[in-house]
Amino acid sequence: MSEFLTIMLSTFDATIRVSTPLILCAMAGLFSERSGIVDIGLEGKMLAGAFAAAAVASVTGSAWLGLLGAIGVAISMSLLHGFACITHKGNQVVSGLAINILASGLTVTLGIAWFHQGGQTPLLSGDARFLSIDLPGALAVENVPVLGAIYSQLISGHNALVYLAFITVPVTWWVVYQTRFGLRLRAVGENPQAVDTAGISVFWLRYRAVICAGLLCGIAGAYLSTAQNASFIREMSAGKGYIALAALIFGKWRPKTALLACLLFGFLEALTVRLEGVPLPLIGEVPAQLMQALPYILTVILLAGFIGKATAPKAIGIPYSKER
Amino acid sequence: MQPPAIDLRKINKSFGPVQANKNVNLKVAKGSIHGIIGENGAGKSTLMSILYGFYEADSGEILVNGKLSSIRSSKDAIYAGIGMVHQHFMLIENFSVLENVMLGAELSSSLKESKISAREELQRLSNEFGLAVDPDAITGDLAVGLQQRVEILKALYRGAEILILDEPTGVLTPQEVRQLFEILNALRKRGVSVMLITHKLQEILAITDEVTVMRGGTMVATRETATTTKEELAELMVGRKVLLEVDKTPAKPGKVLLEAKNLTIKDSSGVTRLDNVSLKVHAGEILGIAGVSGNGQTELLDVLSGIVAVQQGSVVLGGCAIDKDNVLNAKDFRHLSLGHVAEDRHKQGMVTDFSARETAIMGFQDEPEFNGRIFMNNKAVTEHCVKLMAEFDVRPGNPHLKSANFSGGNQQKLCIAREMERKPKVLLVGQPTRGVDIGAIEFIHQQVVSLRDAGSAVLVVSVELEEVMSLCDRIIVMFEGRIVGEMAAADADAQKLGLLMGNAGSESDTSAQEITAS
Repeated sequence: MSEFLTIMLSTFDATIRVSTPLILCAMAGLFSERSGIVDIGLEGKMLAGAFAAAAVASVTGSAWLGLLGAIGVAISMSLLHGFACITHKGNQVVSGLAINILASGLTVTLGIAWFHQGGQTPLLSGDARFLSIDLPGALAVENVPVLGAIYSQLISGHNALVYLAFITVPVTWWVVYQTRFGLRLRAVGENPQAVDTAGISVFWLRYRAVICAGLLCGIAGAYLSTAQNASFIREMSAGKGYIALAALIFGKWRPKTALLACLLFGFLEALTVRLEGVPLPLIGEVPAQLMQALPYILTVILLAGFIGKATAPKAIGIPYSKER
Repeated sequence: MQPPAIDLRKINKSFGPVQANKNVNLKVAKGSIHGIIGENGAGKSTLMSILYGFYEADSGEILVNGKLSSIRSSKDAIYAGIGMVHQHFMLIENFSVLENVMLGAELSSSLKESKISAREELQRLSNEFGLAVDPDAITGDLAVGLQQRVEILKALYRGAEILILDEPTGVLTPQEVRQLFEILNALRKRGVSVMLITHKLQEILAITDEVTVMRGGTMVATRETATTTKEELAELMVGRKVLLEVDKTPAKPGKVLLEAKNLTIKDSSGVTRLDNVSLKVHAGEILGIAGVSGNGQTELLDVLSGIVAVQQGSVVLGGCAIDKDNVLNAKDFRHLSLGHVAEDRHKQGMVTDFSARETAIMGFQDEPEFNGRIFMNNKAVTEHCVKLMAEFDVRPGNPHLKSANFSGGNQQKLCIAREMERKPKVLLVGQPTRGVDIGAIEFIHQQVVSLRDAGSAVLVVSVELEEVMSLCDRIIVMFEGRIVGEMAAADADAQKLGLLMGNAGSESDTSAQEITAS
């Protein structure tokens, strides 16, 4: 029994680690998309953020400065997205893709130029990384059966950004549903003309939304390169931005359900790692490649079949212009 | 003397080469209802957009209550005490009424606090002006009349003392129109100035104190409503004498050319849109379908024209029974001599990016006369369009101009020309004059009547009661996909039809309905 518990705990523990960037990106996308701006560029912003975090941290030796750098770079890319598709009414998907391509190319090019390690950044250690934090009392309760183990192994022992990601969800909910900004944000994604005629600037509102998205993508990026790993590796975002977007849609653009979707996707990934090479009853050993593809296959199936009636913000993807 | 609530002086506004407003002067007295009428493109909407801060005027002054105001955005307009109820409501459908009302005017950054104060204020306004709405209802679930009420409350909540209503009655039943007018009267009594933009003459006469007519971007005249007539206003709008009643002889119905038998249509989500509808259209008569839009008329036209396949029941056209075992498409229907002028010409009648000559053959593009062995016969296509344009007086008569660049009336004339050219035995016309100028309305009605007189069967769907009553020979009223009434046009009046449209007596108070009766 205790062996089973250990396996479960370590799988859930891995789920939390894998889910963290998904959650941050999904909340980022929620701000952007609820305001009516399609955010396919989550991936690129996270990747650029990851590079910035690792680069700054390796130069300054401070993970927190790295985090600030990541946020700064991701917000800049958000503003670029905003400039293209809010100010100039460009196509939001094209702009988002451009940001992804830009981030993928620029991080490697700058990485080679600055660090001469084939696009990687130098390995980070000590204060240049976000290290795990033992929550108070974790050691003391370690030997309490079940609950103690859950607290000390599952809840305690993560780095600061993991906790931040999980705090982001109720904060996002509060901002979107309990504040004036949130009311206007939801309104502008549904009917920007109504917002405009109510005397609120649609442009400024949407810019604020994409800035929020940039902020969260930056944190997600910093997590990848300075918390989960110890350096930037090219293409390290590896499609997580897209998975987060899928989770956001699967979660019907709501914080709580998007969180659950992120955890589901994270759990699937953690599970595949655990089950790799383990023979399953009836099926036998499943090829590693298939296991790795499983979360993506499930994503497609879930999105295609089981999403139910997901009503997207009505004005999503449509640039706002006054002319009627 | 009290300064006027609104005083516009020499307003000019151009969009590229088009001058939408030329030296417009307008005074609206405080606490009055001022009507502004004009055809499409006369510049009414532009003028109101300038007043509400959507556009900035190129030159001119706006005085609000005698004070020079610079209005550059809706925010400035709201600040100056101007509120606007748009033709297409500016509401967030999945928000509650309360949220919609307070959006943009929240008292605090916390929604909870804002809602508490907004609820009190909304209650006060509802009581003062007799505008009862449930603040917690989801706006999208409300009837159109109630949504409009929310729009009015929104303006009042922002402290509007001047209220602009843009074509407010287009989507309302006669009963809802009556309620709206009661509200406007209440507003006037409490000193609110109302500007009512409309193209419906009888509404102007029923409710306004003064009326201003616009034509071609200029103010043509301002009249005291009590001293003017419908005929005078129509003439001022168009610039020439207009026949308001359709000039036609009594119908001589012949044999049945189109018959629907027990048609039932369910949409993709399983909702019944058409419920056991049976009707007959005879040669030499115009059958009108009246009803508030969205009560099955669109589905009826779709199934009668072959756009939507018959699911239950059958359609008999040209001696051919079409049912779910014998499905024909829209092209086959055309070959059975059916013409169809679509309700929404931008969605179904034409491709706005196509040139007029392409629009003029849509649906007939496979006919041999337009096609060579491999390529289309461009010359024939162009000539065909030129011919239609001449016959139906489409202006400008340029077959290469993009369809979108014609006015609504000319687009409609082109669509009708295309459908009537082959002298169809059966013609379906959806909203014959939606977005069409008075001058063109007269022409379109004449064409439809002449087709009837030539022995065709015509079915007209219109939400304009007046049009149905004056153009048609027989009227059927639809409600929630069912036929709820039928009468000869000669026996119909707005009151009878209105009651049927709102489903028989759900509104039992009929005394005040003469407002819409002409």
